[in-house]
Amino acid sequence: MIELRGIHKSYEMGSNKLHVLKGIDLSIKEGELVSIVGSSGSGKSTLLNILGILDTYDQGEYYLDGKHIKNLNETKAAWYRNQMIGFVFQSFNLISFKNAMENVALPLYYQKVSRKRRNIVALEYLDRMGLKEWAEHTPNELSGGQKQRVAIARSMISKPKVILADEPTGALDSATSMEVMNLFKEINREGITVIIVTHEHDISEQTNKVIHLKDGFIEKIRINTPENILANV
Amino acid sequence: MFDLDKWQEIFSTIRKNKLRTFLTGFSVAWGIFMLIILLGSGYGLENGVRDQFKGGAVNGIWITSGMTSKTYKGLQPGRQVKFTNEDYSLVKGAVDGIDLISSRFWIHQDNTFAYKNNYGNFTISPVHPDYGEIKELEMLEGRFVNDIDLAKYRKVIVIGEIIKETLFKAPDTIAVGKYINVAGVPFQVIGVFHDEGSDDEQRRAYVPVYTAQRVFTGDNVINQVSFTTNLGIDKSNEMLATITRQLAAFHSFDPEDQRAINAWNKAEEFERTMQLFAAIRLFIWIIGIGTIIAGIVGVSNIMLIVVKERTKEIGIRKAIGASPASVVSLILQESILITGFSGYIGLVAGVFLLELVSKYMPPNEMFANPEADFQLAVSATILLVISGALAGLIPSLRAARIKPIVALRDE
Repeated sequence: MIELRGIHKSYEMGSNKLHVLKGIDLSIKEGELVSIVGSSGSGKSTLLNILGILDTYDQGEYYLDGKHIKNLNETKAAWYRNQMIGFVFQSFNLISFKNAMENVALPLYYQKVSRKRRNIVALEYLDRMGLKEWAEHTPNELSGGQKQRVAIARSMISKPKVILADEPTGALDSATSMEVMNLFKEINREGITVIIVTHEHDISEQTNKVIHLKDGFIEKIRINTPENILANV
Repeated sequence: MFDLDKWQEIFSTIRKNKLRTFLTGFSVAWGIFMLIILLGSGYGLENGVRDQFKGGAVNGIWITSGMTSKTYKGLQPGRQVKFTNEDYSLVKGAVDGIDLISSRFWIHQDNTFAYKNNYGNFTISPVHPDYGEIKELEMLEGRFVNDIDLAKYRKVIVIGEIIKETLFKAPDTIAVGKYINVAGVPFQVIGVFHDEGSDDEQRRAYVPVYTAQRVFTGDNVINQVSFTTNLGIDKSNEMLATITRQLAAFHSFDPEDQRAINAWNKAEEFERTMQLFAAIRLFIWIIGIGTIIAGIVGVSNIMLIVVKERTKEIGIRKAIGASPASVVSLILQESILITGFSGYIGLVAGVFLLELVSKYMPPNEMFANPEADFQLAVSATILLVISGALAGLIPSLRAARIKPIVALRDE
């Protein structure tokens, strides 16, 4: 599903050059539940942005579902994002003046799905998240957990190949965090690849594969067997 | 282009920022309002002055006898130049290219008109048959003076609308064929006319010039020769110069003497006036467009702020799959909507005010019927859409350049 070979990325900071990713090789198969962990500055967010085609890389190769992701123009990048990737962010990133249903439906708007049709689909997804009664509410009337569930519904509505979550539980209390993680696991069981960036041990321990990043390199990749998951919970 | 979802988004941002939108819209509305008022007033001024040229062909040249003001060949100034029927023939034969020609003289004596028990004082104008066309009279009844009337010294008369109303009280009376008394002499009415000019022109009666000379003056004096030509202004000025030279030679006055004869080339004056108005209109457009540009800058400014405020939202949209083109059209359409809508308000307000003025202000010499015509409204509308697009252009391009990772970075 995801193939990274020798990915380098550096940022120009005035006259300084900040080398963030120093050669990342990574392979993630379809249907995996992966977490990327590391201290701040390790390059995990940059990696996620590259995976999400939100950012470009300087060197290396990136294949997403067999497609070579390189030097895409913005329109093409937007199309791939829309078709193949779902995003979940720490700060939810819902559009404040749209209600929950409209927020969930937005990706389908960019797929030119009719308003009526996409609202029906959005309601189905909200229902799965247990938020059907909240469909007409705007984000500021929802709790943090509810907002994140709306965001997850939005990431799923376009039936993406992969869901990228950047610190999805960072703004939530631990009980809600667990609910959100359960949702991700449920989504993963349907065969969707889920990649979560986190610095919370509790969260990474619930994924199958933990990728440790340090100073722009992959320090280690740990496979969580059901046994050691149990041991950790 | 039309997309309900996009419009709903535009409306929702507008609703959230009522004051800001209002202030922006106001500047555009004001610009258009001023443009309409200025242009409408310009038209009003033009109409007022144009009305003064009404009642008479615009390609007419009028030569009236005057009094010499310069010595010439030992003759003293202050001599009265007296035109006679010979001068009519002279003018007629002096140049080629005369289309219509007529002479005319003034009658200052008793001019009481009477029919049965109705009386009135009106002006008698003795003329040649062409005069009706030179003056562009509209015949309501009967006909104008013709050559046979002239040749046979017929005592026939063509009367203005107001004369008919005064003498024949009932409006549906046929005046043609009736005899009226003019200064005690019976004349048969052969026509009734309407003149586009002022009311004074409807208080006029035309009679064949030779008949009038016999009946009223007993000589062959005339005061004025008027003719039209279709050869254009330069040529008509040349013709006038030739005629002036010949008249000067005939009456022994200095051809440079401006007072000996009074020559008025209406075409020239008309053209000069119209050129003046074209210049005024251009000036008004420049001012109006300047005002609108101020409005455009205002809208553009606001849209830049809007884009800045919506950076995050635009970032979210892009992450989710919005293409740069869709982001551009979102901002551009909002801008066009604000300018278009508020401009339209300004347009309607301006037209409404002009209509009001037009309705309640009596037309006068300088100002009549200010109007914002259809063409103006269309050009203003086109101008609005273009300005809306211009105003939104830079902000929308900036919006399209927003990188989602920058926009989504947590602050």
